[in-house]
Amino acid sequence: MSRLVMGPFNRVEGDLEVQIETADGRVSSAWVNSPLYRGFEQILLGKAPEDALVYAPRVCGVCSISQSVAAAHALADAYGAETPPNGVHAINLIHANENLVDHLTHFYLFFMPDFAREEYAARPWHETVAQRFRAVHGSAAAEFLQARAEFMHLMGLLAGKWPHSLAIQPGGCTRAVTPRERLHLGNIVGSFRRFLEKRVFGSPLEEIAALDDIAALRRWQETHAPSRSDFACFLELADDTGLASLGRAADRFMSYGSYRGPEGATHFARGVWHDGRHSRLDIDGITEDVSHSWMAGETEPPARGLTQPDPERQDAYSWCKAPRLHGGTVEVGALARQVVDGQPLIRELVTESGGNVRNRVIARLLETARVTLAMVAWIDALRPGEPFHVPTRSLAECAGVGLTEAARGSLGHWLTIEDGRIRNYQIISPTTWNFSPRDANGRPGALEQALENTPIDDDGANQPIAVQHIVRSFDPCMVCTVH
Amino acid sequence: MPNFTVIWLQSGGCGGCTMSLLCAENPGLTERLEDAGIELLWHPSLSQATGGEALQQIEAVLGGQRRLDALCVEGSLLRGPNGTGRFHVLAGTGRAMIDWVRELAAVARHTVAVGTCAAFGGVTAGGSNPTDACGLQYDGRYPGGLLGTGYRSGAGLPVINVAGCPTHPDWVLDTLQLLARDELAAEHLDQFARPSMYTEHLAHHGCPRNEFYEYKASAVQPSDLGCMMEHLGCLGTQAHADCNTRPWNGEGSCTRGGYACINCAAPEFEEPGHPFLETPNVAGIPIGLPTDMPKAWFIALSSLAKAATPARIKQNARADHIVARPSRKTRRS
Repeated sequence: MSRLVMGPFNRVEGDLEVQIETADGRVSSAWVNSPLYRGFEQILLGKAPEDALVYAPRVCGVCSISQSVAAAHALADAYGAETPPNGVHAINLIHANENLVDHLTHFYLFFMPDFAREEYAARPWHETVAQRFRAVHGSAAAEFLQARAEFMHLMGLLAGKWPHSLAIQPGGCTRAVTPRERLHLGNIVGSFRRFLEKRVFGSPLEEIAALDDIAALRRWQETHAPSRSDFACFLELADDTGLASLGRAADRFMSYGSYRGPEGATHFARGVWHDGRHSRLDIDGITEDVSHSWMAGETEPPARGLTQPDPERQDAYSWCKAPRLHGGTVEVGALARQVVDGQPLIRELVTESGGNVRNRVIARLLETARVTLAMVAWIDALRPGEPFHVPTRSLAECAGVGLTEAARGSLGHWLTIEDGRIRNYQIISPTTWNFSPRDANGRPGALEQALENTPIDDDGANQPIAVQHIVRSFDPCMVCTVH
Repeated sequence: MPNFTVIWLQSGGCGGCTMSLLCAENPGLTERLEDAGIELLWHPSLSQATGGEALQQIEAVLGGQRRLDALCVEGSLLRGPNGTGRFHVLAGTGRAMIDWVRELAAVARHTVAVGTCAAFGGVTAGGSNPTDACGLQYDGRYPGGLLGTGYRSGAGLPVINVAGCPTHPDWVLDTLQLLARDELAAEHLDQFARPSMYTEHLAHHGCPRNEFYEYKASAVQPSDLGCMMEHLGCLGTQAHADCNTRPWNGEGSCTRGGYACINCAAPEFEEPGHPFLETPNVAGIPIGLPTDMPKAWFIALSSLAKAATPARIKQNARADHIVARPSRKTRRS
């Protein structure tokens, strides 16, 4: 039995420490520590409710827009505000822009560079893969960064800047577009689409979005050379390194549903997927446990939650709280979103091998194709000349919940307003779910579960590569996690 | 010439300045670093090295085997609880981040605060400031911060505050490139040690709403085209930054995006003393006047401008698209 402390982790957002205990060449137990606390939920107390729109995005420079969307939804819910259709579409476009950029930043800059590591020097693909995906210096980094920066022009136009925009308000979007600008939005998405079809997939997006079972994916893989498609390259690496057998957690998936339509329903469905069944998500079943967090208090639902640091708390090992749904751990992210939504390939992959490193990455890329196609439709739906924003009326005593999906999973804001001021503000971020510590019943968080039983071949190495893959497969955002 | 070496640390911030950095274009980030001869010894989001390998880079610098040209810090410095720095212990080290920063700053040729958090404390120091957050050499607008007023880097400069929430990618890269060329001296810094190349402008310069500003034709709700100074909290006429002449993400800026400039490159922007998106006023006169504008003149010019506002500008100010077009000048025959 030996214990290993791993950190700082590179290419995750923010700081992360993982401790693993190994026995007989496998991880027997893992503890995940989020070592940074900033206290946004304390900072927001007593502020004017709309100031949350300034503070909330700054919880996270990566999921900044998602935080804006959650805050605006929470305010709109509290005030009973409505958003006109143009506002809905514009906000979805801004949000999708961030989410897709996050998916590909994860793929190109955070996840794939691990395959350039020396541990894989003996693999036949290593030299080509290292040349393409090595951190900073690989050919993919510069190519992707250019496509990324150009795609973010959509953000410049609709949201002013990224990160930390104030364009998303409870009454809609602050930026109306002219007919010319609507065309320009289409051109920006068109140019990004070309990058996706040429480099990421080597295939039309419709073909990727239509992959409906494992056999279809395998057929697609046979006809697409890894040298011409980064997705095909990933599938080859995944097969060769056994990524489908790494990082399985509890296989209980949750999604709040994302990209609200003008009628209120979400583009991707809300729900829970467990044991091959879809069930309704009961938001009231969410609680936050603090038994292993450096936090005072007891388990509470977020609407009544308290955030008060207690660095001396017994048994605590993380600043992160432990959110649970009906007392159980759930996994959130693109895989959860797509399996809950019923994308047939993802459902079959999850049925076959559960949540694992390979399936999480496949879901992220598949979602990238699906959302890009949706963006084209949202641009078409914009009606220049009709309102993008309608005035809202604030209320002095009210409460609201804002639920949305960041790239890396479910994000919720719970807000209580008293006397026209913020009385309570609680945030549960995606990585709070995925990287939570144990709860009072000793049940580990999703990553802690996913690390158990991981084979540690390179005994003695201080950074086992399998652990690196598993950690990054969740696309963690540590600044969000504790906030 | 040897490479200009950089270690980049992140602490009490959101990582958004790094995310913004990735938006650099023409040329993009990796090309820009290469062309400027800037070598990232370690950057938490970008480098290949992880865990022990990353710590070895830091140890090599502290042991004197590796030269460190610039220590870049993103995020505020968390001194709490009770001065221990335990609100951020650098993973894998059991040691508070503020201690690592103090030690590295002592050997760095230059120390650069990337973003308003690292410069002044920023949003993390807002409200009750639960983590006792501050900047590297400022605590809000007061000199001091983590390193103290007397701190000078190896090159003899104070901490260079590339403030902004987030920073524009060019602000950061231009600063590093100038340092690498030995072309940034004390006289190129403003009163808050920010590089004056971007703070000698106002966010107001180049704002597409300038015609509305001239006539005090004001927006009343988000998405209106008018000037946002009178009602919607815009501080563009007071904010020291070139946001509207060096646009963001292609063609963007806060005011182009339809919302107020909140002066995010300034110390204590996080606590304006009023709701961000409302302009406090006394008898209809905004409390914060444009920089360098005498109050009496502002009042006189405003009332004159309001009286002279053309109908076109008045109508467009309260619409989200042009409803009245400029008239065509008829030529005398």
